[in-house]
Amino acid sequence: MATQASRAAGRLMISPAVILLFLWMIVPLGMTIYFSFLRYNLLIPGDNPLVGFENYQFFFTDPNFWPALINTLVLVLGVLLITTIGGILLALLLDQPMFGQGIVRVLVIAPFFVMPTVSALVWKNMFMNPVNGLFGWLATVFGLQPFDFLAQAPLFSIILIVAWQWLPFATLILLTALQSLDSEQLEAAEMDGAGPVSRFFHIMLPHLARAATVVILIQTIFLLSIFAEILVTTNGGPGNASTNLTYLVYSQSLLQYDVGLGSAGGVIAVILANIVAIFLMRMIGKNLET
Amino acid sequence: MARESTPQRKIVVTVIAWIIALAIFFPILWTILTSFKTEAQAIAIPPRFLNFDWTLANYVTVQERSNYFGHFMNSVIISLGSTILALAVAIPAAWSMAFVPGKRTKDVLMWMLSTKMMPAVGVLIPIYLLFRDWGLLDTRAGLIIVLMLMNLPIVVWMLYTYFKEIPGEILEAARMDGASLGKEILYVLTPMAVPGIASTLLLNIILAWNEAFWTLNLTTSNAAPLSTFIASYSSPEGLFYAKLSAASTLAIAPILILGWFSQKQLVRGLTFGAVK
Repeated sequence: MATQASRAAGRLMISPAVILLFLWMIVPLGMTIYFSFLRYNLLIPGDNPLVGFENYQFFFTDPNFWPALINTLVLVLGVLLITTIGGILLALLLDQPMFGQGIVRVLVIAPFFVMPTVSALVWKNMFMNPVNGLFGWLATVFGLQPFDFLAQAPLFSIILIVAWQWLPFATLILLTALQSLDSEQLEAAEMDGAGPVSRFFHIMLPHLARAATVVILIQTIFLLSIFAEILVTTNGGPGNASTNLTYLVYSQSLLQYDVGLGSAGGVIAVILANIVAIFLMRMIGKNLET
Repeated sequence: MARESTPQRKIVVTVIAWIIALAIFFPILWTILTSFKTEAQAIAIPPRFLNFDWTLANYVTVQERSNYFGHFMNSVIISLGSTILALAVAIPAAWSMAFVPGKRTKDVLMWMLSTKMMPAVGVLIPIYLLFRDWGLLDTRAGLIIVLMLMNLPIVVWMLYTYFKEIPGEILEAARMDGASLGKEILYVLTPMAVPGIASTLLLNIILAWNEAFWTLNLTTSNAAPLSTFIASYSSPEGLFYAKLSAASTLAIAPILILGWFSQKQLVRGLTFGAVK
């Protein structure tokens, strides 16, 4: 079908994209790996000697490392839990016939389009601030002590903010999947006397499983790299209570100028993300064949 | 999946759905309302919902104190620039992969996808140091390059899934009629591909506009787009809720509008075609 000439033209047309992406990812990643084996601090002039795995050793024994790793996982799992379960429930609700469905959909999706710095600052100041925030006011209305969200439960507060941003994404994808469900199948089940609960567990949930997996995997990729929300709300604190791996690497390299140590952290972050990526790629790859 | 439902049931569902939707949307609504209050009313107890003196003063102040419009234009230039550059590179690539697939096409696609899985922090340090040496820190050009490369895999993938849906027979027919490759692209393919390209454009403007890792790390003032500028409100000075709200409202308004147009494309783009 394709001629020799069009093959060659095809290759020529792909190459800019391939070359650019290669330069963008492979070269800097190679540099990160190389830096991670150097004693390299921007504040200390002179040679940057090779030191083997010293940086990794420092990174793993850094008192901030394990908390950061745990915070990363808690952040990812917390947001996933809220958005996946909330997303399924919301998608089921939005799939029902109602008045003003279009507007409801638009309202629910809106948070996804708010830039991270805006949503984090709005939540931090106008809702979670114990003195001037709406939650503080609500607490006093009910006769409770206002709760200082970001000081007393920093990680939980960030989970709430991030979940608010990602709930629309999960809902939208699950709703799209739900709408592709064959309604005849549901009607047949109904005829056979399947109640709403058994219809949900035996027909809808298996149908949603694929979309839910995609939601979980894609969100994980993004959630492992949460940064802006932490930077503008807590700066990783108090102490290291809301420092994740991305923020730790940022603070070691760009705040403390330790390129070698930061690079070692970057490599670890890449490895962690790749574990997830392998599963995601397999799913998408399967889809490509059909 | 529209099924029979009784009117009562429909009303109950409507009420529940509206309450939840309004609760989810409330922070945005509250930000927009607060942007029209005075600073004192913005923190008034009990909170003022609609009973306040509407004012545009915050919008004026935000512009006067910090050249807001300059940052807004940075966002426009950076998101448009990076998206158009990405399209220029991705359209030929996606076209050839969709219509002249080779043995390795699938591998190339998967490899491109894998670059997107790489956490940005893994390449932050080299990019930062290279940009420092090349004088690209805090420049619009630098950010355009980074955001273009960052979104390139999504652009290629989205275009690929759209181009795949264009029937190949039409191209065959054009070729039979003696159309050259250039003419084939210009007169046959382009008109059919425009909707897909437009959706890709839209989604990537949104992603670039809201990007907040590279913008925060690579810009400080001159080239700072809105996402970086808004972050400067993280160190509070006096009363600032109304000003923060005004700056935020202007920063999210264009994208909220674009976003509502591109709901469907969002699903396809962000799932790399895995959910349509």
